[in-house]
Amino acid sequence: MAGNNPTSTEYIQHHLQNMTFGLHPEHGLGLAHSAQEAQEMGFWAIHLDTMGWSIGLGILFLWVFRMVAKTATTGVPSGMQNFVEMMVEFVDNSVRETFHGKSKLIAPLSLTIFCWIFLMNLMDLVPVDFLPMLAQKIGAWFGADPAHVYFKVVPTTDVNATLGMSLAVFALIIFYSIREKGFSGFVAELTLHPFNASNPFVQALLIPANFLLEAVTLLAKPVSLALRLFGNLYAGELIFILIAMIGLWQLPLHFAWATFHLLIITLQAFIFMMLTIVYLSMATEKH
Amino acid sequence: MNLNLTLIGQAIAFAVFVWFCMKFVWPPVMQALQERQKKIADGLDAASRATRDLELAQEQAAEQLKESKEQAAEIIEQAHKRANQMVEEARDNARLEGERMIESARGEIEQETQRAKEELRTQVATLAIQGAERILDSSIDEAKHRELVDKLAAEL
Repeated sequence: MAGNNPTSTEYIQHHLQNMTFGLHPEHGLGLAHSAQEAQEMGFWAIHLDTMGWSIGLGILFLWVFRMVAKTATTGVPSGMQNFVEMMVEFVDNSVRETFHGKSKLIAPLSLTIFCWIFLMNLMDLVPVDFLPMLAQKIGAWFGADPAHVYFKVVPTTDVNATLGMSLAVFALIIFYSIREKGFSGFVAELTLHPFNASNPFVQALLIPANFLLEAVTLLAKPVSLALRLFGNLYAGELIFILIAMIGLWQLPLHFAWATFHLLIITLQAFIFMMLTIVYLSMATEKH
Repeated sequence: MNLNLTLIGQAIAFAVFVWFCMKFVWPPVMQALQERQKKIADGLDAASRATRDLELAQEQAAEQLKESKEQAAEIIEQAHKRANQMVEEARDNARLEGERMIESARGEIEQETQRAKEELRTQVATLAIQGAERILDSSIDEAKHRELVDKLAAEL
């Protein structure tokens, strides 16, 4: 545990704080030394740990898949190619079952979402103290106070990461809606449903109500997508942290929770992927 | 849980990864998969075709075997017939030959007998004349009685 024997609350808070880099109004450009300072940096700050791990894992995923793709043979596939092909086929089947339009983007998008989120979630299974401790040692070596070195390993427990992805998906939803139905079609979908009247005057009255309902429906998509993943992983991480505090008994508990968590991380990656496909397929289909 | 620039950074990273995956990962893997699928389909096709060919060949072979058996049986039968015929012919020939030989032998015997008779006749005539000469002691004129004795000999 970090520093001079922190209390449980401090320990948990320390674990849940990202390594934030940004411009502090008083201390200038640099790493935040506390949650308070990170808060004060406002929007124009960046979580180095989240970005680092997510980009690193994304590159790992793409590197492995690219290597296989380059050497892919049509003959008998060997170990790694087998695995990659299995993933690709699994994603391809999921997309085919749900998305009936024609798009070159959806399938690779789904593959990226599934693999990347799975890898990021997988970081949750690394013992909670292991990487932060390492970071603190390195930080101390560079002359920083270990208690102020924050390091959160699992990118998906950072709401910025999940919301970033879901906003990208949201942009795609809007893009596909407009591409398939035209701008007027998209607007009509937002305003002429669910209440519909043949009388133009009554219809005009109904438009605000329709727009309110449809806007909530539309906006709920990215928010629910992001918060579902974030909430699940954040809770899982929190339980890992709690388990890590109870001493020797943490070992069997940790094992049990990790086993269960293995299901959650796969499931959450899958849900994110499936919902993306569903949302995009809804965006391209005419009602 | 403060929202900050990470949000945008993450979205950009995500977009870049998706782009990379779409450009460089998905197409080759998919292509390999489809090619393999085609290969396997072709292989299965070829296998079923080969099985069909084999069946056909077996059928053909069986038919040919049957045909050749029939032919062989026919040939053997013909040979039997021919052999019988030849034996028959040979038997006939032998019989005819034998008969002919018997005939000629008979003719020869006849001839021989005739000649012997002729010889005997002349000898008997001579003997009779000599005997008569001796008995009559040359009382008989040979030229005178010659005709008589010849007549006698011809009657023998």
